[in-house]
Amino acid sequence: MDESHSGPVGPGTVRAVLIVAHLTFEEARRRRILAAALILGTAFLALFATGLFFILRDLRLRVPAGQQRLLISFPVMAGLYAANFLIVVTSILVAVDTVAGEIASGVVETLCSKPVTRTAIILGKWLGCWFLLALYEGLLVGGVFLVSRLVAGYTPPHAARGGGLMLLEGTVLLTLAVAGGTRLDSLTNGVSVLGLYGLAFIGGWMEQIGTLAGNATTRYLGIAASLIVPSESLWQLAAHYMQPPVARDLNLTPFSPASVPSAAMVAWAVSYVLVVLLTGLRLFQTRDL
Amino acid sequence: MNEPVLETRALRKDFGSKAAVRDLTLSVSRGEVFGFLGPNGAGKTTAVKLLLGLVRPTAGGGRLLGRPLGDPPARARIGFLPEHFRFHEWLEGRELLRFHGRLLGLRSHTLETRIDELLRRLQLADAGHRRLREYSKGMCQRIGLAQALLGEPELVFLDEPTSGLDPLGRLLVRDLIRDLRSRGTTVFLNSHLLGEVELTCDRVAFVNNGRVVRDMTLGTPDGDLEVEIRVDRLTPALLEGLGRFGRDVRDEGGVVRLRVEAEERLPEISRWLVSQGAGLYRLAAQRRSLEAIFLEVIGEGQGGAAPRNG
Repeated sequence: MDESHSGPVGPGTVRAVLIVAHLTFEEARRRRILAAALILGTAFLALFATGLFFILRDLRLRVPAGQQRLLISFPVMAGLYAANFLIVVTSILVAVDTVAGEIASGVVETLCSKPVTRTAIILGKWLGCWFLLALYEGLLVGGVFLVSRLVAGYTPPHAARGGGLMLLEGTVLLTLAVAGGTRLDSLTNGVSVLGLYGLAFIGGWMEQIGTLAGNATTRYLGIAASLIVPSESLWQLAAHYMQPPVARDLNLTPFSPASVPSAAMVAWAVSYVLVVLLTGLRLFQTRDL
Repeated sequence: MNEPVLETRALRKDFGSKAAVRDLTLSVSRGEVFGFLGPNGAGKTTAVKLLLGLVRPTAGGGRLLGRPLGDPPARARIGFLPEHFRFHEWLEGRELLRFHGRLLGLRSHTLETRIDELLRRLQLADAGHRRLREYSKGMCQRIGLAQALLGEPELVFLDEPTSGLDPLGRLLVRDLIRDLRSRGTTVFLNSHLLGEVELTCDRVAFVNNGRVVRDMTLGTPDGDLEVEIRVDRLTPALLEGLGRFGRDVRDEGGVVRLRVEAEERLPEISRWLVSQGAGLYRLAAQRRSLEAIFLEVIGEGQGGAAPRNG
C-alpha cells in the first residue's frame, strides 16, 4: 500500500542514537551542568595542586630523595580517591533523570511517536551521558595525573589502566541509573542506585577486612556484594595498579587492597554493563508511556 | 479515496483490573477529518496512545498506514500532538523543530525550508529564536503543532489541539485543519470542544467506557433531524401513526416532536397528516447539535459505571 510515498523514512538506528546522544549532551551544556562540573573540577585540581606543592616542599626538606617518590604516591592516591568519589556521584546524577524525567514530563511521548525505535532512544541517552562522564573523568583523573607530573614529576604506574578501570566503574553506575530510569521515577532511581553503590562500597571493605582478619565468611560476603554491583572492586583494582609496587605489597596505605580483585572481575563488570543495559532496553521497550 | 489509513479491531487495554479501553473497533479513511469524542476518562487518550504504539494493547490489534500498530517506519508518515505538549525548555523553537526533523530523517535543506514555512504558518516567525521557556501556553501548543506537521504526514493525531489557545489561536487551528483536509491529509482529532468538532470534522465517533458507542457522519443532508409538528387536533391515533416516520415520538404540550433519519421524510409526513384530516400549522426540521447528541449518547452511559452490552 502506498509505495509512492516520498516523505520522510526515519533517520536509521545509528543516526537516531547519535541525534539523541547529541541532544542529551547539549542539554548538559545548555543547562550549565557541564560548566558547573568544569569549573568545580578545575577548582578541585587547583586545590590539589596547591596541597601537593606544599607537601612536596616539606618532603624535600625532611626525606631522602630515594623515598620521596614512595611518599608522594600517597597524596596522589588521595587525590585519585577524591576524584573517584566525584566520578561515582556524578555518573549517577547525570543519568538518573535522563530517561525518568522525560517519562514524567511526557517529553518521551513525542520522541517515541517518531520513526525511531525505543532502543535507539535509550542507547542515545546512554551514549550522551557516557560521553559527559568520560569528559568529566578525563578532566579530574587526567588533571590529577597532570598536576602530579608537573608539580612532583611523578606519574602513578599503570595510569592509563587505572583511569580505564575508574571509567568502567562510572559506566557501571551510569548504566544502572539509565536502566533504572526506564521504570523508576528520578528520585527513587537515584536513591536506589546510590543504595546499590553503598552495598558495593561496604562489600568492598568487608572483603578487605575479612582478608586481613582471616575471616573467610566476611570476605566471601564482600565478594558476593561486589558481584551484585562491581563498582567498588573496580576502584580497588585501579588503586592496586596505580601505586608503586612497594606501597601495595606492604599495604602501606588505605588504598592498597589486601585482597586484589581478579581480572575476571573486569570481565564481569563489562558483561554486567551489557546485561544491565539490555535489561533497561527491554524494560523500556515493554512499558506503556 | 476510501482506503482506510487506520483500522482497529477489538482493541483492549487494561491497567491492572481497570479497563481503559474495552473494545475499540474503528476505521478511518484517507483524507477524512475524524473526531473522537467522549467525556473525561472515557479512554480517548489511551486509545490514541494505543494507535501510536505508545501503549501496548492487552488484546486486539490494528493497522496504521498498512503496517501493524507501533511499527516505527509507519511513524515517519504520521504526526502527533500530545494533549499537553512539553519539550525541553532550554531549546529554542527552531532548534526543537530541527531536532524533530532530524528524527524524521529529513534532509537539512528540506528541513530548514519546512521550518520557515511552519513558523510562518503558525505565526511563530518572530519566536523561532526564543527559548521554549519564554513561550506562552498558546505558543507551546502552536510549536507542538508545527512539530506534528514537520514531515508532511499522511495522518495527523491531534489530542486537544486548541487547549490553551485564545479564540484567534483556535481559528488558526481550524484553518490549519481545513488546509490539511484540502491536501488530502487524514486528521484524527481528539477534542472536548464540540462546536469546533462540528465545524471541522467529516465524521465523529463517540467513545464512552472505553468503547465506541456511536459513529456518525457530519454535514450530510441525511442524519439525525429533530422534527417539530403542530396540528389543530392531536389524537392518540395520530401520535401512534407518526411513529412509522421516525422514532422518539412525543407529545410536548400539544407540540409533537420526533426524530427522523432523512429530510425526505418531511413531505411524506405532511401528506400523511393531511390524508388523516389533520390541519397542519407547523412542520419544522432542525439538525440536532453535536452537543445535544453528545449529551444524549454519553448521558445514556452515565447511569452506572458497570460495562454495558453493546
